[in-house]
Amino acid sequence: MSKYSLDYLDHLESEAIHIFREVAGQFERPALLFSGGKDSITLVQLALKAFRPGKFPFPLVHIDTGHNFPEALEYRDQLAKTLGEKLIVRNVEDTIKAKHLTEPKGKFASRNALQTYTLLDTIEEFKFDACIGGARRDEEKARAKERIFSVRDEFGQWDPKLQRPELWNTYNGRITKGENVRVFPISNWTELDVWNYIRREKIELPSIYFSHEREVIDHEGQLVAVSDFIKLDDTDKVLRKKVRYRTVGDMTCTAAVESHASNIDDIISEITATKTSERGETRIDDKVSEAAMEDRKKNGYF
Amino acid sequence: MDLLRFITAGSVDDGKSTLIGRLLYDSKSIMIDQLEAIEKQSKNKEQGEIDLALLTDGLRAEREQGITIDVAYKYFSTPKRKFIIADAPGHIQYTRNMVTGASTADLAIILIDARNGVVEQTRRHSIIASLLNIPHVVVAINKMDLVDYSQDVYNNIVIDYAEVAKSLGLKDVTYIPISAMFGDNIVEKSPKLSWYEGTSLLNFLESVEVDKDINLTDPRFPVQYVIRPQTEELHDYRGYAGKVISGIYRTGDAITVLPSGHTSTIKSIEHNGKEVEEVFAPQSAILHLEDDIDISRGDIIVKSDNLPKLTQELDVVLCWMDNKPLVTGNKYLLQINSRLVRSVVKEIEYKLDVNTLQKTDATSATLNDVIKVKIKTASPIPYDSYSELRENGGAILIDETSHVTVGACMIQ
Repeated sequence: MSKYSLDYLDHLESEAIHIFREVAGQFERPALLFSGGKDSITLVQLALKAFRPGKFPFPLVHIDTGHNFPEALEYRDQLAKTLGEKLIVRNVEDTIKAKHLTEPKGKFASRNALQTYTLLDTIEEFKFDACIGGARRDEEKARAKERIFSVRDEFGQWDPKLQRPELWNTYNGRITKGENVRVFPISNWTELDVWNYIRREKIELPSIYFSHEREVIDHEGQLVAVSDFIKLDDTDKVLRKKVRYRTVGDMTCTAAVESHASNIDDIISEITATKTSERGETRIDDKVSEAAMEDRKKNGYF
Repeated sequence: MDLLRFITAGSVDDGKSTLIGRLLYDSKSIMIDQLEAIEKQSKNKEQGEIDLALLTDGLRAEREQGITIDVAYKYFSTPKRKFIIADAPGHIQYTRNMVTGASTADLAIILIDARNGVVEQTRRHSIIASLLNIPHVVVAINKMDLVDYSQDVYNNIVIDYAEVAKSLGLKDVTYIPISAMFGDNIVEKSPKLSWYEGTSLLNFLESVEVDKDINLTDPRFPVQYVIRPQTEELHDYRGYAGKVISGIYRTGDAITVLPSGHTSTIKSIEHNGKEVEEVFAPQSAILHLEDDIDISRGDIIVKSDNLPKLTQELDVVLCWMDNKPLVTGNKYLLQINSRLVRSVVKEIEYKLDVNTLQKTDATSATLNDVIKVKIKTASPIPYDSYSELRENGGAILIDETSHVTVGACMIQ
């Protein structure tokens, strides 16, 4: 290896920094969608590399469903404070009240789909023209087709058949008033790439990513945390297990995995050996239909 | 561990999806739940067996029609490399999608059905690989199982393709006989093809040298954004943020800013928050200059002893990508790296038949046409010839009214 060879993580990092700076250069009012999960935490690290010693040219925006893990919220508030960056939180609860939306029913009544309403309202409220998100193409096959600069119409809709060609590293962020662009700087990263990067950069994560004891129920093979947000049936058995979270979403739609992995090295060995995909193992909402993600994205989802 | 981006061009008939499925499966990049999902769907189909194309066709319309429409990106890694596959459709009506996938590829896998040999589609894919200047080409001669693993069949195809490669000036071509269906020569060398002396496909993909494809001799640094914290302790700080797209920059280098022509010297360089002596392609960095000169997004910082061309008249090979036709005399925005200028397509010199390379007269162009044009820009463009430096010779055209990307320009 010559001294001018780069590791694959360096390639991915530089690509992501370049995308961040294109957003800063091309848009008036961008925002970084921050969920408290590892992918958006990775985005923050990349934004630091892209813009420090300057400030971020965008606020962090969190769409809070009210069903989040308290550990993730704590982490979110602490991070914004440490960085000295602006954090905007908008609550799905408020949208439900203001717009008389109907809460989904059922055992794992998830507000996942309702987030879209709050997100679109927030985009309108602040006139955001670009929203940076942590989606990756390896997550799901509709995502595998999405551009890095993905244009949404004024209803927030994605039209997979009308995507702009995206050539070289040239990103076309031109839009008509009312439209916005979703930007995905870590499109080309896999789950394992993110973990390897977190290890290399020594990034701190919310505690729920590491093994801990928790009360869960076994729902069709997936472990769901017992919380105020899910309704237990008489037949449910509450178990106490050593678990960790592979992804962090809502408590109602994210499943835990049994694990003793208490540090990043252990987590990486676990993921390397696993036979189930990230979404398959941890998302309760994706199994509904083959095109679940494509449909949600068409409606304005992240 | 480094990174290789490659494109696979072809259709289901050539076994493209089977090949990708095989690479993902044999490198253990397909997970059980993903396999289960496609098994479930395969049963809805008539064939009854697992349809690996379902792994790559991500959109409902694609699954319904059984075709690949858009580029899908797939990922796998081995202990040696991370791979990014741009899985592009092969039919002529999706040429623009293949061009898109090819634009970032280090390597192209061109699939040939051993029963059919070099056909029109093979030529088209090779022409696109050559237009987009993909550094390495692998000709994967597939379905060897259907020709009894015959060395003669293989040799004849190699002879035929060598003609194509020569006429297109393809630089680095490697031939590998495979059967994607049975895994012959995909991961392991196949005993059924013992007469073949080269390595397996995966082994080749792991070992092909791509570091050397990165140009380290012609320094180009398009400025994306100017960092000015304007705080008390950093009140004079002014950093030019961008990515080294080619070459190496060192502190003390004499530089020129284009198109303005202002000159200065590099005072310091920041990379990942640390001060460093040098940065090289493709690192992102922040440059600081000795002199206070006017620099903004869209400018390019180059070394004064190695200047790109600077002109308002460009000769361009253009792939038209919009449903609306190209009208000469219309104005478009031209974007090359961070620079955006108004431009006008002045005249079409000829249209290129992407199946035969024949040139014909044309006055307009429609979706998927490849044409040679003259473009005039409203202000000077610093550029390099695409065939010499892809990073600073590729540009896109944007429709001023719809904002859609309508053309891919390879500047001559």
